Amino acid sequence: MNDDIAIRAEGLVKRYRETTALAGVDLEVPTGTVLGVLGPNGAGKTTAVRILATLLQADAGHATVCGHDVRRDPVGVRSVIGLTGQYASVDEDLTGAENLTLIGRLLDLPKAAARARAAELLDRFELTGAGGRAIKTYSGGMRRRLDLAASLVGRPRVLYLDEPTTGLDPHARNEVWQVVRGLVDEGATALLTTQYLEEADQLADRITVFDHGRVVADGRSDELKRRVGGQTLQVRPTVRSDLDLVERILAELTGASPARDDDAALLTAPVSDPTLLSAMVRRLDEAGITADELALRLPSLDEVFLALTGDAATRPAEPERSLV
Amino acid sequence: MTTLAAPPATRIGAAKALRHGLTLARRGVLKIAKNPEQLADVTIMPILFLVMFVYLFGGAISGDTSSYLQLVVPGIMVMTTIQASVTVGIALNTDVSKGVFDRFRSLPIARSAPLIGAVLADLVRYLVCLVVLLVVATIMGYRVGTSVAAIPVAMALMMAFGLAFCWIAVWVGMLVPNPGTVQGLMAVLIIPVSFGSNIFVPSETMPGWLQAWSDVNPVSLLADTLRGLLNGGPVAGPLLGALAWMAAILAVFFPLAMRAYRKRLA
Ligand SMILES: Nc1ncnc2c1ncn2[C@@H]1O[C@H](COP(=O)(O)OP(=O)(O)OP(=O)(O)O)[C@@H](O)[C@H]1O
Ligand SMILES: [Mg+2]
Repeated sequence: MNDDIAIRAEGLVKRYRETTALAGVDLEVPTGTVLGVLGPNGAGKTTAVRILATLLQADAGHATVCGHDVRRDPVGVRSVIGLTGQYASVDEDLTGAENLTLIGRLLDLPKAAARARAAELLDRFELTGAGGRAIKTYSGGMRRRLDLAASLVGRPRVLYLDEPTTGLDPHARNEVWQVVRGLVDEGATALLTTQYLEEADQLADRITVFDHGRVVADGRSDELKRRVGGQTLQVRPTVRSDLDLVERILAELTGASPARDDDAALLTAPVSDPTLLSAMVRRLDEAGITADELALRLPSLDEVFLALTGDAATRPAEPERSLV
Repeated sequence: MTTLAAPPATRIGAAKALRHGLTLARRGVLKIAKNPEQLADVTIMPILFLVMFVYLFGGAISGDTSSYLQLVVPGIMVMTTIQASVTVGIALNTDVSKGVFDRFRSLPIARSAPLIGAVLADLVRYLVCLVVLLVVATIMGYRVGTSVAAIPVAMALMMAFGLAFCWIAVWVGMLVPNPGTVQGLMAVLIIPVSFGSNIFVPSETMPGWLQAWSDVNPVSLLADTLRGLLNGGPVAGPLLGALAWMAAILAVFFPLAMRAYRKRLA
């Protein structure tokens, strides 16, 4: 099949009794890239990952991973993937080293090679000291890291990471990012779900936003930002009494009335033409006004996320009721 | 493996499946070694019954404790095996609910490998439990009346029985949500089967309906077989009945267990 698309899914549907977890999802992840899947709780991210990892069968639609059909050739799929699920899936009674060695053995590594690989991964995730302890004595973050290490034993070509850094401290999170980047540099493909938009911004080549089991947006991070919010020009005059004057200048330039935040002494106006920034600099200069902050900015991914999946905005609010 | 219909499917040969099964069995044994208290549960209970029945009721039932010991030890061997076989259901259920199975299922191993591993590890459990029981029984005064060579034969029969009976536990383990429920449900099955037998009292002393059941109860038939093997007496008759039961249990519960296993993991 097509070599440059590692993961391809078309029309995936998964229903549970009263919920539709996936309502027809299409995905395409080019080889050697990272797809970030964002979505609020219950959007269907884990369901999609489990289907693509052959742990769950879709009710409709089909998917291939490195050319292997998830339904017809699950073993073929399993031989190219590594999975770090949302919840750790390691044996609590065994030590970290034993868990990793077991997986190595199941992947047909000879005993010595399985042990060496286990030691190497423990080292990579800074778990060497804890490698001889039972998992049940691990902290949540250590468990996460071991689970991640477990998914790398077989040097997978395709890696699924379902919220891999939830519960990790910033240092460990960086470590995971480093590992993912390293793997992708070596040619691996990753599908990453996350609640941390910064993580998607940092790691993902493309971002897909899920909501209620559907893809509601898809594109590069900057494309999504532009699509949703457009750019804004922000000015914070050094002297608070200049606010009125700056507001007038900004309105004149952008042709829109700026949003004014008196507490922060901040003015914000939407712009369509990025060259307005230099015009603004000139005008402030002429007026002899200095600014602490003057910036053209894209909305943050958080804002994009809320705009795309903002339940509060689309759902009618509960009518307020008096308690008496 | 055989259920995958399409042509391009990657397949895992039987030899490889067995090798993966053995690897997972080793894991099971490692877990037994790490949590000996779990094994103690299944070992101590039968020993408690042994001690209690021998010293409390032995005299009343058989006239003296030493002849009661000869009657009761083979029976308690059967009871021990049944109890130990519940563990496989609990172990599998724990693996599923803790997500360990998700890890296995994301690996290119045969779907049956974790099951093979769990059942093989169970054999080790039966062996340990039975050896401990026989040691305690010997200390209490139990003596094999035939020849020492009968012991491994009796052990092998118990293993075979455990291998048949454990599919009930596997089935229940795959149907219920959590490990505790496996234990509870299996107790409901095991207690009447164990006590409605001739393990502790000869069935002649029972009321008619109970005697009728006790005489065909697989536990009674197995206990009688072991008595024949270890103490001396007829073997062929009860053995035939026991084998018929084992075949029947396998025929019914192996497919049920496999179906539940596949469904749970689908
Ligand atoms: N086994 C199940 N039985 C019934 N409903 C389920 C099951 N698994 C998932 N669901 C439902 O399917 C929907 C999608 O769940 P999913 O776990 O894929 O969401 P998610 O995007 O991963 O959420 P989160 O961010 O909380 O992890 C939810 O409404 C969930 O309740
Ligand atoms: Mg999830």
